[in-house]
Amino acid sequence: MIRIENFIKTYGSVRALDSLSLNVEPGVVYGFLGPNGAGKTTCMRILAGLARPDSGRAWILDKEIGQPGSDIRSLIGVLPEEPAFYGWMTPREYLRDFIAPLYNIHGQVAAKRADELLEIVDLKDAGNRRISGFSRGMRQRMGLAQALVHQPPVLLLDEPVSALDPAGRKEVLDLIETLRGQTTILLSTHILADVERVCDVVGIIAKGRLIVQDRRDDLLARYVTPLFEIEADEGFGHWLEWVEKQPFVTNVSVSSHLARVLVKDVHTAQKVLLESLAKESLSVRRFEMIHPSLEDVFLRLTEKEA
Amino acid sequence: MFRTLLAKEFREQWRTWKMIVFLAVFLITGIISPVLAKYTPELLKMIPNLPAGLANIIPTPTLADSVAQYLKNTEQFGILLVILLTMGVMAQEKERGTAAMLLTKPVSRSAVVLAKWLAGMSIVVAGLIADGLACLAYTAVLFEPIPFGAFWALNLLLLVYLGVYLTVALMASTLARTQTIAAVGAFGGLIVLAILGSIPRLSDYMPGQLVNWGNSLVLKGDANAWPALIVSAGIIVLALVIACLRFEREEI
Repeated sequence: MIRIENFIKTYGSVRALDSLSLNVEPGVVYGFLGPNGAGKTTCMRILAGLARPDSGRAWILDKEIGQPGSDIRSLIGVLPEEPAFYGWMTPREYLRDFIAPLYNIHGQVAAKRADELLEIVDLKDAGNRRISGFSRGMRQRMGLAQALVHQPPVLLLDEPVSALDPAGRKEVLDLIETLRGQTTILLSTHILADVERVCDVVGIIAKGRLIVQDRRDDLLARYVTPLFEIEADEGFGHWLEWVEKQPFVTNVSVSSHLARVLVKDVHTAQKVLLESLAKESLSVRRFEMIHPSLEDVFLRLTEKEA
Repeated sequence: MFRTLLAKEFREQWRTWKMIVFLAVFLITGIISPVLAKYTPELLKMIPNLPAGLANIIPTPTLADSVAQYLKNTEQFGILLVILLTMGVMAQEKERGTAAMLLTKPVSRSAVVLAKWLAGMSIVVAGLIADGLACLAYTAVLFEPIPFGAFWALNLLLLVYLGVYLTVALMASTLARTQTIAAVGAFGGLIVLAILGSIPRLSDYMPGQLVNWGNSLVLKGDANAWPALIVSAGIIVLALVIACLRFEREEI
């Protein structure tokens, strides 16, 4: 659905994209993750037709971008990181009288679509207010609405929820979830919890290169090391020396009354660690297996890259 | 698609008061020009303690004075207004991010530039009609009727003349990334044209000659400035082509 081959883009001495290649299957929500300056927005801008790569090619729905006679813009909906509007317009005017006609949607159909979208993004009550008075969150939702006007098969969303409050974030993520399967979504974000929630596939980019791409669950299984956190009121004494020598343990770190034990074998660790703590009669306040987090994978991979 | 872009430009001119201010200034210019031509000598004569004999040498105003005032005022206010109206139109879209939003839609970049140009020229046409009608009416009342055909031919020449400044300002706005740079470019263009227009032989080919030609048309003179008209049309086309080509290639 979206295929990028060897995108290279340089700004002065900075190589924003360094042979970036990726592939997004139809109908998936693809989480495009990376630290600031990794090249996510540059890649999005090239796909959206706002910039050109120095070299490399890309296809959306088998149409190559940037080629004469191959305008892919009617196939995509784009939400930039900071959507900007004409402040003197109202959202209804913007969608009905400006954006919809650009996609050849006119009259009653355009009016109906504008109303539907305002309802979806929860801006119906503000439909006749000037956009100049909108908060950043409202603009973000408005940005999503304008990207959806022509019901595109592909959506490019650059940080779609970063400006929203928790309630607004939930609404937008819920909306993205409803599009899963029917729309292919490339979503860049730095909020890992959101990626974990809505993305089927995750690509991690650092220094302009894709360092890993996999289904979210497979990625977690592949890269996340199970971790136990143990909190004891009076410290751990000799238990720490013992636990470090166990074959199923890969690393132990301690800060004050908290020990973090990285393990290879979760089942053995769970059993043996609990038994050993009881045997040592340590006053354990908390024993918890930490849920594998994408953040751990992200930090590990991007730090390694740095 | 072009109609949508053009409709947005007109709506923007209306909502942001640009159209009203523009038309109001032109209308006032049309009214005030014949009035000033008529009453300035009267006002001068009313100055107390005017040296003896001076009142007698102040000439009685004529139709020619009214037309000269009209040309002078329309030229001065017109240039200032078209530059102020146009210098930010493209740079503002780029600076604020609305261009990035728009260009992800299936629109031609040249169409964006041309819609802005046509909207700008349309408001100049409307302004000149308001300006001209007011001047025609007041001149007829205060002096005598201005030859109708020649007067509108003069306004056509003024349209081309103002069109040069509008298009140069639009080009500056397209080449610039910020409104400040666009403003410097637009007023820079004004200064360059003024300097070139003051060079004796070169001035015959510069847009400023169109104003003199217009004056001559109304006063039944025999001057013409076809070379200046051709050069002016050339500047407009060239500036538009540069603006379109630049915007087609620009990364937003």
